[in-house]
Amino acid sequence: MIEINHVDKWYGPHFQALKDCTTSVAKGEVVVVCGPSGSGKSTLIKCVNALEPFQSGEIILDGIRVNDPKTNLPKLRARVGMVFQHFELFPHLKILENLCLAQQKVLGRSHDEAVAKGSKLLDRVGLKDHATKYPAELSGGQQQRVAIARALAMDPIAMLFDEPTSALDPEMISEVLDVMVDLAREGMTMMVVTHEMGFASKVAHRVIFMDQGEIVEDAPKDDFFGKPRSDRAQKFLSKILSH
Amino acid sequence: MNYHWNWHVFWEPAPNGTGTYLDMLLSGLVLTIETAICAWIIALIFGAVIGVLRTLPSKAGSWVGFAYVEFFRNMPLLVQLFLWFFVLPEILPHSWGLWMKQMSNAPFYTAAIGIGLFMSARVAEQTRAGITSLPRGQKLAATALGLTTAQTYRYVLLPMTFRIMLPPLTSEFLSTIKNTSVAITIGLIELTAEARAMQEFSFQVFEAFTAATILYLLVNIVVVIAMRFVERGLAIPGYITGK
Repeated sequence: MIEINHVDKWYGPHFQALKDCTTSVAKGEVVVVCGPSGSGKSTLIKCVNALEPFQSGEIILDGIRVNDPKTNLPKLRARVGMVFQHFELFPHLKILENLCLAQQKVLGRSHDEAVAKGSKLLDRVGLKDHATKYPAELSGGQQQRVAIARALAMDPIAMLFDEPTSALDPEMISEVLDVMVDLAREGMTMMVVTHEMGFASKVAHRVIFMDQGEIVEDAPKDDFFGKPRSDRAQKFLSKILSH
Repeated sequence: MNYHWNWHVFWEPAPNGTGTYLDMLLSGLVLTIETAICAWIIALIFGAVIGVLRTLPSKAGSWVGFAYVEFFRNMPLLVQLFLWFFVLPEILPHSWGLWMKQMSNAPFYTAAIGIGLFMSARVAEQTRAGITSLPRGQKLAATALGLTTAQTYRYVLLPMTFRIMLPPLTSEFLSTIKNTSVAITIGLIELTAEARAMQEFSFQVFEAFTAATILYLLVNIVVVIAMRFVERGLAIPGYITGK
């Protein structure tokens, strides 16, 4: 579903953010990407739907080359859902309107279709009573659930999560993770940048560990948690699991 | 000082045969308002376009925007009006220049366009500042949903930008109204010109300019109050200036 082959990315001439990254995510697979801050994990996930350009290598999404100049990027992006650290709901639109905007403008659905789909998804994330509120009237956890529903409203073939819980207060993390766990169990293809190792051990198939722009370790979940092969991954795990 | 106050002068007939002195001032006020509104429409349209241009990734676009803004905001308004009114007809091909000079209402068109372009440079800067003050993630989120750049601006970025810009835009509109008085120098008989005419006909200089002052003040107070209502009407619940 997602193939990442030898991707290099530089910011300016001197800083290399991604170094020869190669990995893949199969259909229905859940892959967690972790690593210290600045390791390039967010950059990597943003390359997948071409939110960030990269200089060499290739990324193939459902058979389509992302970095081919002939690729219709808006059309391709519409097929991949993305959830951001800071939710990024559109503050001037009501919750339901947030869910309908791209359905109507990008997919060309009618207003009624979009509303029906949006309401169904709001119900699914447990927020149908908030449909007519504005994003700023919701808690962080609620906003992030809306953001997930907004991405799902596009009927995506895969979902990308960029640290979906790191801006949340601790008591709100689980309500977001619950939605993500359900999604994973239904067979959604997911690539998740997160430090939530509980989530990783519960639903991930594979874990990718990145450091300084490199993919250091790419292993099935049980191998990764059982005995990471690299020192760097071991150190990272001991730091975040020690508390 | 030996000054003969006469507040009844406003109800005396003016020698130009158009009615009383008050009628004279009010007809000037109408022209001031018409000029200001036309100039403001030009300023908003050009300012918004140039402001957006300066935030696009295109190098050429942002250079054009930069040149436009610096050209129009770094020359005194008076000089700009003189350029449009006296210089432009001379440097155009003879027949065009003649057409411009013979046009009826030439001072009005020149003032509306000249002041409009002068103010548009300032609106462009407000627009650019507004757009760049939005979180970067907003553009990413809209892009990730598959919206094109034009749709992202139209449905996501600009609705928020204009809300943020409303208070400074109010000031700019007030400046536009006051700047119309400069057009007296190219023969536009607006409020300031009518006040001067009244002073020359009647020698009641204090009464004439007191009236002009009060009229300017009233118009601007109306604008300030109206903009308050607009701001309140567009406020987003829970967000920045929201209720």
